[in-house]
Amino acid sequence: MKKLSARRRHPLAALVVLLLALATTGGLYAAFAPAEKAQADTSAQSLAIDEGKKLFALGCSSCHGLNGEGGSDGPSLVGVGSAAVDFQVGTGRMPAQQPGAQVPAKKNIYSQAQIDQLAAFVASLGPGPVTPAKEQYTATDADAVAKGGELFRTNCAQCHNFAGQGGALTKGKYAPSLEGVDAKHIYEAMQTGPQNMPSFPDTTMPEEQKKQIVAFVRHTTNDEPNPGGLTLGSLGPVTEGLFGWIFGLGLLIAVAIWVAAHTTKAKKS
Amino acid sequence: MSHDISEENLPESHGDSHGHAVAVHDDPFADPGLPVHEPRRTDIDERAAKRAERQVSLMFVISMLATIGFIASYVIFDIDKIVYIFPLGHVSALNFALGLTLGVALFCIGAGAVHWARTLMSDHEIPAERHPIEADDEVRADVIEQFRTGAAESGFGRRKMIRNTMIGSMALVPLSGVVLLRDLGPMPEQKLNHTGWQVATPQKPLQLINVNTNEPMKPEDVIVGSLTFAKPEGLEEEAEDFQVQIAKDALMLVRIAPDDIKDNESRDKGFEGILAYSKICTHVGCPISLYEQQTHHALCPCHQSTFDLADGARVIFGPAGHPLPQLKITTDEQGFLVATGDFDEPVGPSFWERKR
Ligand code: FES
Repeated sequence: MKKLSARRRHPLAALVVLLLALATTGGLYAAFAPAEKAQADTSAQSLAIDEGKKLFALGCSSCHGLNGEGGSDGPSLVGVGSAAVDFQVGTGRMPAQQPGAQVPAKKNIYSQAQIDQLAAFVASLGPGPVTPAKEQYTATDADAVAKGGELFRTNCAQCHNFAGQGGALTKGKYAPSLEGVDAKHIYEAMQTGPQNMPSFPDTTMPEEQKKQIVAFVRHTTNDEPNPGGLTLGSLGPVTEGLFGWIFGLGLLIAVAIWVAAHTTKAKKS
Repeated sequence: MSHDISEENLPESHGDSHGHAVAVHDDPFADPGLPVHEPRRTDIDERAAKRAERQVSLMFVISMLATIGFIASYVIFDIDKIVYIFPLGHVSALNFALGLTLGVALFCIGAGAVHWARTLMSDHEIPAERHPIEADDEVRADVIEQFRTGAAESGFGRRKMIRNTMIGSMALVPLSGVVLLRDLGPMPEQKLNHTGWQVATPQKPLQLINVNTNEPMKPEDVIVGSLTFAKPEGLEEEAEDFQVQIAKDALMLVRIAPDDIKDNESRDKGFEGILAYSKICTHVGCPISLYEQQTHHALCPCHQSTFDLADGARVIFGPAGHPLPQLKITTDEQGFLVATGDFDEPVGPSFWERKR
């Protein structure tokens, strides 16, 4: 006892006490906290959350509130999960440039590390869909594209068009084209239902099927050859008709005028 | 057509101006007549004419070759062969070859014909004269006289009964055509009034099967803001009449926070905010599922009818005549979503026998 009290004034005593206290609270926390939370509370994670909070205060809080509680200009972010942040910020939709019927995708100004920090902060507000890992959105089975095509036509084609080219919705809203969209972002959009897109949770569309849809979309919009030559935007009858009327008929009229106007009289030739 | 169209405007009265230079200065409104005929090169130079002849035949020959090329490429190219062709990108070799050869074949026939007409066929101007198309007075008077006599002899004006029955019979004849329409097919009978959900009863409810997973669903599977499509239990995609059945049975399931649902009846038909609406537009029956999860509007892509799913699928825009029918759903003892009966009105577009 004497020894201990003698060392009480030692310069490192405060540190020892602090460490002991931290270990005790940490241990108690680990013992009592729900399992997934304890795992989320690694120091790297809390660091990311802190960083994310700072980024959030700077870029997002004017609309979504200082703690993501939402405000008159933006919805609450409690429970939207990291996937939603990764999608919205990663595609440049957030921060939004102006209010309107729909927030368009634009150039993303955050690095992936910053996005992850923001996502970590928002995820800490409440549980929600988690940013998917690469295996989650990369299909490996051979017939994924075919199966994905079928699922796409049932669930997605009504808004995004049969070739993923997008289409109009009501009052200025639209379903964007899926061309060139990252596989991860397609997956996240299905998971979280950004803006007016309905969500397709794992309970109604399991991960495997989302993978297949991603495979189909990537194939159709990026790699598929185009048997007929000009796609004319793959929009169907509208562009095809316009092309036929303007270029087809226009050409015929031009030829007819040329034939009639261009004289073959001897004196001119 | 009357006689006072002045005769002197007709080309024939200026016959003497044909083939002469226009040189009438004293009368500014005089008919200038036709310009002097100028021969073409091919008219005066036999060698030029021969050359033009060869050109025309050459085009026809090219057309023949292209047609042969068309047939040949049809045989040669494999249907899945994809080639890269500059500015088009990756295209099917077969499509490209067929299109190109047929295009050339048709174009050369047209171009050859035009070239022939322009260089070799006679190009003398031929005026076509217009005359009044009336018959002369004598013929007209005669016809009118004959008509009068005929009418008087038939007694048409006097014998009212004959006249009326004749009009009656003429008016009725087209009805036979209407009857023939019956041949367009058997009447649909009750088929339009009921869907595959009609076999469901409160005692024997029918599960809602998710079309993606082919599994029944629990309420917690359907989260707020999600969109799910469902079909009745027992309807398999392999079934022969699957397409016919799904065209009526298809459901779209949305979940709306119960406080946001504006229509009480609609809320009661749903289960904890899960609403099951017919996917078939009430305008002309397109599948509608352009669902906007924030506004709860569903848009039909065909003619832009818009339904507010939060308000009993009321039509808020477009030509649809009535709201989307809603299926009453609940859960069975294992907790799966089920329907206990059919829609209480026919799904899809209106028809005459529709009660509501
Ligand atoms: S079919 Fe839906 S609006 Fe015409």
